[in-house]
Amino acid sequence: MIERLGHTVEFPVQQTCCGQMHYNTGYHREAVPLVRRFVEMFRDAEAVCVPSASCVAMMREHYVMMAEAENDPAFLADVHSLLPRVFEFSELLVNRLGIEDVGATFPHSVTYHPSCHSLRMLHVGDAPVKLLRSVRGLNLLELPNKEQCCGFGGTFAVKNPDVSVAMLTEKDACVVQTGAEIVTALDNSCLMQIYGGLHRSGSKVRTMHLAEILESIEPTGGLA
Amino acid sequence: MSVIVGKTSQAPDFPIAAKSALKNDQLRRNVAHATNVIRNKRALRVEEMPDWEDLRQAGSDIKAHTLAHLDHYLEEFARNCELAGGKVHWARDADEANSIAINLIRHYGGTEPGLEVIKVKTMTSDEVQMNHALEAAGIKPIETDLADMIVQLGHDEPSHIVVPALHKNRVEIRDIFRKQMGLPELTEQPEDLTNAARHYLRDRFLRAKIGISGANFAIAATGSVGVVESEGNGRMCVTLPEVLITLIGIEKVLPTFADLEVILQTLPRSATGERMNPYNSIWTGVTPGDGPQAFHVILLDNGRTRLLEDEIERETLACIRCGACLNACPVYRETGGHAYGSIYSGPIGAILSPQLQSLEHSRSLPFASTLCGACYEVCPVKINIPEVLIHLRGRVVREDQKTLGGKLSAENIAMQTVATVFQDHRRYEAAQRLARIGQTIFKRDGQLTNLPGMAGGWTRSRDLRPIPKQSFRDWWKARDKNGEETREKKAEERA
Ligand code: SF4
Repeated sequence: MIERLGHTVEFPVQQTCCGQMHYNTGYHREAVPLVRRFVEMFRDAEAVCVPSASCVAMMREHYVMMAEAENDPAFLADVHSLLPRVFEFSELLVNRLGIEDVGATFPHSVTYHPSCHSLRMLHVGDAPVKLLRSVRGLNLLELPNKEQCCGFGGTFAVKNPDVSVAMLTEKDACVVQTGAEIVTALDNSCLMQIYGGLHRSGSKVRTMHLAEILESIEPTGGLA
Repeated sequence: MSVIVGKTSQAPDFPIAAKSALKNDQLRRNVAHATNVIRNKRALRVEEMPDWEDLRQAGSDIKAHTLAHLDHYLEEFARNCELAGGKVHWARDADEANSIAINLIRHYGGTEPGLEVIKVKTMTSDEVQMNHALEAAGIKPIETDLADMIVQLGHDEPSHIVVPALHKNRVEIRDIFRKQMGLPELTEQPEDLTNAARHYLRDRFLRAKIGISGANFAIAATGSVGVVESEGNGRMCVTLPEVLITLIGIEKVLPTFADLEVILQTLPRSATGERMNPYNSIWTGVTPGDGPQAFHVILLDNGRTRLLEDEIERETLACIRCGACLNACPVYRETGGHAYGSIYSGPIGAILSPQLQSLEHSRSLPFASTLCGACYEVCPVKINIPEVLIHLRGRVVREDQKTLGGKLSAENIAMQTVATVFQDHRRYEAAQRLARIGQTIFKRDGQLTNLPGMAGGWTRSRDLRPIPKQSFRDWWKARDKNGEETREKKAEERA
């Protein structure tokens, strides 16, 4: 989709993880080499597109603090220089590139779950909604209680499985209530959680990342 | 020092306590309903304030400044309180606070067993388990805040810092009153319940010689103390008795009256969605012929000064106990407050209880959050609770890693392994391939439904989409190989 807009995409295959899972679970020491690796890998990029809001939140909220704690001025300088070039997917399109209509067609009903990190840490606001509204054929349905967490929370989902599932049950009930065919978000982790509950309960609602919807240009939306 | 925070030392780990709370459908309905109501009221009262964000920042600044100079302001408060006729006592921990209170009660009330004291609005006394200490000394504490009274009569524990009986609905409250007040005909109409409570309490207000209160704030510049509330029971409790004992955590001090301009706007709106509280009682020392003729303040540390040392941990002491973070928390919403093991539940409980006790207890609480940030968003003094949670998780993990059991725990081993895998993309790709092969034995109808170990927590009630045959990475590499040309051609076309 980004290439369709006329940009060049590079995917450094050496990349692995931004360190969020380790850091948020309390494995701070273990997260440092991952952060260093990430910064190293993307240091020279013109813009870094991260299709996961919580990873961007990890970078913006913690990278500076971590680099400061490392007492490594070069590392800290790299972090400072890289961060302004890091964009969450919808931020990149709407804020950095100034595009709302990416030329997509997707004739389906969709509801949008504003994931916690995109909503409360990145403050992406209505950028994703603007993108969805510009998609041809797409019927955007309002998700009730949309700002409530889906219950994923990284390792929370396995450390506190019962509470996590209780939260998920509320979220999925709201998703089903909309009657949408598809639920979308800016975080695949939340979508994995939402999918897990929907699928177990036999629901036919699909989960798709916003990028998957925006990629579609076929008149059918490319869904099987 | 013996720092006690409620019953946290005997409390099961959060996931276990939460699991049993989740089985109580009535409790969950009550909590969801009550938090919805307060949450919506708060939102209305916050939306109407054009300067809300400025007020939050101001509240945060006032607290940060005060905490940075806490010793100074505490001494100033103590000096001015005593100049006005009060007496200040310093309690290092729960035991000291309780024995100071018991000695004062004995001094003024005598040693006759069953001596009644009335109490109002003091979560801090729940923190130090004062009622148990008083009862053990033969003193009968009577809670007079309506919700606290319901909790006490029901032999229950408070589940919310502002609305302690939030987990009970009217029918359950009616049943407690019927039984404990001998009113078999009582209905669950709010007027009837209020009348029953009023009758029950009025007598006790009038006959008690000694009252115990908490405080929402203490003013250093004047030595004044204040309580805000909705019922008026607090006002009676702090004005009717001859002797008043007020228990205050040391972090509750504010420099001057002017600071109330901020706090008295943010606190009621955050706590109960009111523009201001119906009753705001502020008193200074002793006034001859008016109100209690003896006034004692117990300033409680109970682990608080330890938090001052660390910049991130210190933030927790800024809390004004409005309860907004509880009402906003999606975890609290599911479990209610009891699962947290003390009066301090929800997000603030998850950071306060473990810190007060140097992580000796409540070690599972920092992990009882999805880090969704709803608490931070509503906090009127801008405590970055998710940040503090992550900080505390780090402390717990580092401490655990120092023990053999912690080193060998399944979690630690998994996290170390994954960290190693993530440090090299070849290992990462190999792991992906391995997982793709390994998962086949757990697949049913194309889904992962029954994974072993920690992942089993996932698949017990959720499915997991299997790893696709071709990862993005594989697709990219394949495309890269035969796509170089096509892309060059495309670029030419564009040009
Ligand atoms: S942490 Fe903030 S929101 Fe929670 S009770 Fe304290 S002041 Fe209120």
